[in-house]
Amino acid sequence: MIRTLPNSPLYTLVYRLYITLFYLFLIMPLMTICVLAFNDSNFISLPWKGFSLDWFFSNTDERLGLFADEDLLWSIWISLKTGFVVALLSLVVGTMAALLFEQEKFRFKGLLYFLALTPLVIPGVILGISILLTSTFAGTYIEENFGLDVEFLRPSFWLVVFGQFSFGATYVMLLVGARLKKFDVTLEEAALSLRATRLQVIWLITLPFLRPALMGAFVVAFLISFSNFNTTIFLVGSDPTLPVDLYSRIKFSSTPVLNAVSFMIVAFITLSAIISFVLNRKKS
Amino acid sequence: MKKINSTFYLLLTPVLAWLVISIVVPHLDLLFKSFQFENDDGLMVFSFNNYLAFFEDDIYWLTFVKTALYSIGITFLAFVVTFPVAFYLTKVVAKKYSSFMVLLLLIPIWIGELVTIYGWMILLSDNGVINQFLISKGIIDTPIEMLYTNFSMTIGLLYMSMLFMIIPMMSALESLDDSLIEAASDLGASKWTIFRQIIIPYAIPGIVSGGIIVFMLVIGDYVAPNLLGGKSSLWFTEQIYNEFLSTFNWNEGAAFGFLLLLLSSSIVWLALKLTGQKLDRVGP
Repeated sequence: MIRTLPNSPLYTLVYRLYITLFYLFLIMPLMTICVLAFNDSNFISLPWKGFSLDWFFSNTDERLGLFADEDLLWSIWISLKTGFVVALLSLVVGTMAALLFEQEKFRFKGLLYFLALTPLVIPGVILGISILLTSTFAGTYIEENFGLDVEFLRPSFWLVVFGQFSFGATYVMLLVGARLKKFDVTLEEAALSLRATRLQVIWLITLPFLRPALMGAFVVAFLISFSNFNTTIFLVGSDPTLPVDLYSRIKFSSTPVLNAVSFMIVAFITLSAIISFVLNRKKS
Repeated sequence: MKKINSTFYLLLTPVLAWLVISIVVPHLDLLFKSFQFENDDGLMVFSFNNYLAFFEDDIYWLTFVKTALYSIGITFLAFVVTFPVAFYLTKVVAKKYSSFMVLLLLIPIWIGELVTIYGWMILLSDNGVINQFLISKGIIDTPIEMLYTNFSMTIGLLYMSMLFMIIPMMSALESLDDSLIEAASDLGASKWTIFRQIIIPYAIPGIVSGGIIVFMLVIGDYVAPNLLGGKSSLWFTEQIYNEFLSTFNWNEGAAFGFLLLLLSSSIVWLALKLTGQKLDRVGP
């Protein structure tokens, strides 16, 4: 049953077979995309018609490849930009929240911490519609009473950033908080007794200690933003992010360029995962 | 003392701003808007009409009930499918392979839902990989209709959510002392008894937090039901989506959104109460 106990060969065989099938189930959709991205065909699916790089580089009316499709490249750029800003904002506020909840004592701490966790259990759709309702209401109110047209209160780049930040900060808070739990408080106490200010302690001691967690949290927040659809769809303006663009293409005009983009995402994520794995292994 | 206070407020202010502006106010607004109804004179008045519309139209509350039951079912299915994997990775496989196998589990998560669901579309369609493979092998003559059914929707929802369950279950199983299992085995307990009386009770915290994450992801998902589900597999988030982006009845949409929030949080609350868990242990 476990490593140290003997098992019947049949049990071991069946168990291994199940695990193999499970991993096959995981890899199947990804493999399919990767192979079909190089299919010399005008349809997203089979039959296989030979190897071709058309859906990456071709620039004809019939076949508009990924690197010639300006709309698609634009939405990738928007997603990168959104992800970067969201990750940065989430990192700053999420880290502050982690410091606040791990190191300070104050009234209503439990309530605030509960609120900070709620994005984990609020469906993304709800977060999207409630922010849309409120920002639209605020925008109309300001326009009627002050005659000002506040652009970021309408569906736009900044509203998407705001919506994604609202749950991105929670993930940063949890990741940084977990590392902060392992922090040796005597280091801070020593610095404080040597007359460092609280802010100096955070800047010179706590944050350097947190650095690996901060970098990890930044990447996580970026990836969460980059792949988010459920919240983004309600807040997006005239510039769609990549998931929103992909969704409308899948729904209304699917060409194998979708396979090409998906292949790039799969390849990029897999490579980065393997690189980080190898680097970690070397360190330890 | 004064210095400590100023740092405290420096941390508190942005965190408070984040929680109030992006979580508290929008959700209060959502609740408020759900009771607003445009009367015959074109004025917004307080009314229960948006909620009445939900109960009067069969399709709304039937979809609601179906979404709830399916989400619970898929959560259970995710547990059944992934628990053996979590156990294998923590207790059975040689340690040198396990970290690489865990890494493989993370890749589909980071690739994102839209791409993986798209992969399933290609796999399951009439011209898709599975049908074409079966036809070429002579097992079937005409394609089996798999895409746009409850089956394909279930596969998609399971795929996008189940991996989030493995990690919490693994961290619960990791702290289970192997000698407990060895002792039980030495005393002649069968595998089933060990499983039911030692492993499952020990892993309950991980199962519950993983289950909650899966349930929230499934009940709040839009992409998988919309892209993989057929006409009969309407999901409640799709109703909300239609109210906001097709029929522009935002107040009714707000009521539906609030009902979904109520449903999901009460099921989560119930799950936590029944197993004596706390929300702050449900993290990523």
